[in-house]
Amino acid sequence: MRNSYNLTHLEELEYESIYVIREVAAQFERPALLFSGGKDSIVMTHLAVKAFYPAKLPFPLVHIDTGHNFEETITYRDELVKSIGARLIVGSVQESIDTGRVTEEKGPTASRNILQTTTLLDTIEKYKFDAAMGGGRRDEEKARAKERFFSHRDEFGQWDPKNQRPELWNIFNGRKNPGEHFRVFPISNWTEMDVWQYILKEKIELPNLYFTHQREVFNRDGQWLAKAPFMMLKDGEYYETKTVRCRTIGDISCTGLTLSTANSLEDIISEIAATRVTERGGRADDLRSEAAMEDRKKEGYF
Amino acid sequence: MSEFSTKGYLDMELLRFTTAGSVDDGKSTLIGRLLYDSKSIFEDQLEAVKRASIRRGNEHVDLALLTDGLRAEREQGITIDVAYRYFATPKRKFIIADTPGHIQYTRNMVTGASTANAAIILIDARNGVTEQTCRHSYIASLLRIPHVIACINKMDLVGYSEETFRSIEKTYSEFAQKLDIPDIRFVPISALHGDNVVDASTNMPWYAGGTLRQVLEGIEIGNDHNLVDPRFPVQYVIRPISDEFHDYRGYAGRVAGGVFRKGDKVTVLPSMLGSTIKSIDLYKDTIESAYAPMSVTITLNDDIDISRGDMLVKEENMPQLTQDIDLMVCWMNEKPLQVNGKYTVKHTTRDVRCIVKEVKYKVNVNNLEQIGGDLNVGLNDIACISIRTTKPLFVDPYKKNRRTGALIIIDEATNNTIGVGMVL
Repeated sequence: MRNSYNLTHLEELEYESIYVIREVAAQFERPALLFSGGKDSIVMTHLAVKAFYPAKLPFPLVHIDTGHNFEETITYRDELVKSIGARLIVGSVQESIDTGRVTEEKGPTASRNILQTTTLLDTIEKYKFDAAMGGGRRDEEKARAKERFFSHRDEFGQWDPKNQRPELWNIFNGRKNPGEHFRVFPISNWTEMDVWQYILKEKIELPNLYFTHQREVFNRDGQWLAKAPFMMLKDGEYYETKTVRCRTIGDISCTGLTLSTANSLEDIISEIAATRVTERGGRADDLRSEAAMEDRKKEGYF
Repeated sequence: MSEFSTKGYLDMELLRFTTAGSVDDGKSTLIGRLLYDSKSIFEDQLEAVKRASIRRGNEHVDLALLTDGLRAEREQGITIDVAYRYFATPKRKFIIADTPGHIQYTRNMVTGASTANAAIILIDARNGVTEQTCRHSYIASLLRIPHVIACINKMDLVGYSEETFRSIEKTYSEFAQKLDIPDIRFVPISALHGDNVVDASTNMPWYAGGTLRQVLEGIEIGNDHNLVDPRFPVQYVIRPISDEFHDYRGYAGRVAGGVFRKGDKVTVLPSMLGSTIKSIDLYKDTIESAYAPMSVTITLNDDIDISRGDMLVKEENMPQLTQDIDLMVCWMNEKPLQVNGKYTVKHTTRDVRCIVKEVKYKVNVNNLEQIGGDLNVGLNDIACISIRTTKPLFVDPYKKNRRTGALIIIDEATNNTIGVGMVL
């Protein structure tokens, strides 16, 4: 029952996100777009390209590389950067480890996920970024549900959830003191389903990891994790070959794989429509405690 | 969720609504119901809530734990901030701005209301219209939420009585005449048992209207945006540095009102220079017309100086160009408003400074009466004030346009947003 002046939900979300991204470019001197290689940051990059066309992106893509990435992610990243003519900055967790900024976790459940925060904050400081856009969505996690579009960070990069700035209408306050910065979340209002529908509608290319493939995996606490040189098996765990795909993509050590035969975007959308588990249900990093995400965010996590 | 298909998604609309209330009103139960019965709560989320409920020694699965996202909120068992929740039915996608309902959270209710198309006002069938009902309705009216759904909850506790429902409906309708809400509907529900939330109730055969979900799906939202008064605040100027687009100069922004068409004659504020629209660009496409709230890029046939903070309008339909503005404000900060104090104001894409000239009166949000004598405006207060800005703003009454009639007031010492205003 749409009249000619009604927008679809995807159009409305797109216009809102483009508005936010342009607002970042207008209000900040040195913004950056945090690119992880996951579908959310891919969609955010696509929206940014649309926001400034025919000009190039007025900010670089920043990738915080844990060194534990799927190879496909890096290939995809490099091709994307080339095709849109963007500038890429890589912050390396390996370098943070080598220079003694962080200490690597030990043991089979070790993850570099938490170490990324230091590398991210160091990269922000090194390049003097005053706004870092992330692909976080409010439907992902309960602490994120209260995050603002423009989220203020103090001089230590920390988030104070109880003292967030009021954010009304579509007026965003990016004023800050020297040394402080903002995290901005242009796709705050998108759900996982919206992201997939939009990828389908816009025919956005994705890394093959999102589609079904054969992979050597092992099962830990009910989660399927990928075989990789730095992954250590615990007693009783063993490798087997399964038909899987990624529902989210992060660091290999915390990306749970889904058993799936979904071979196309349409398949994936049907699969998600029928699923009864959230996408972060496969993320080992969130299962650590009830407030795991809130605690990481306060420290300066994505 | 299995009701979804890849077909049909292009026809879905987005409806943003707000809910205000406290645990006692059954607000969390209602939201839990909407999400759960729409299959928008996932097993791992429900499992997490069950685990937490048991750990806390609760008898029932406490759905409020789903909505209370911050550690402090879970510890204190209260909702502090606005939380945004998402669910979808095969017809629409919904964004809920879930806010606490007590008077000390007026600012959070105002925040949630600012972007809403609709408000759900929860009324306890046992208590009828109360001070809290009045407060929530006033905020909905002040923020110009076009649609209000009065949900008479806990009908199970009044024996599903039609008489009770009709009596509350009558009282509320009479009270609402003092407000400015164009569309009010009434739904008798029991959030706890699910009557008329997603599934129609068999306990209330006398009720012929739709369930809450049907009402939410059916509200006509196409006319909620202003399509009459053309307003295009320039957000960003696009000047590609490339041979192919050497002469391209595009004005990027989000249409804040009315409709702009290719070929239209436009006037630029504040310079008052005129030109015509050469093209309306949307990425690689050029389109015939743009309307609120589309984000587009407009190019003009004349090379004139335009920058962020300027506004494209039409000569025959101008906003007010003024430095003296009367506002209804909601104060958002512990630091009280200072008469003669200087602040930064953000309005559309324009930043100016202002001085507060006068507090005219304060409003008691519980009974809508003007408060005489006390003119101190502190946290959560709603007041009518006058300001004078350093440069003109291009404003419309908030009543006519929720985008060009809204502004925020920023404390110059802390950079924090400390007040919000609606142009009278």
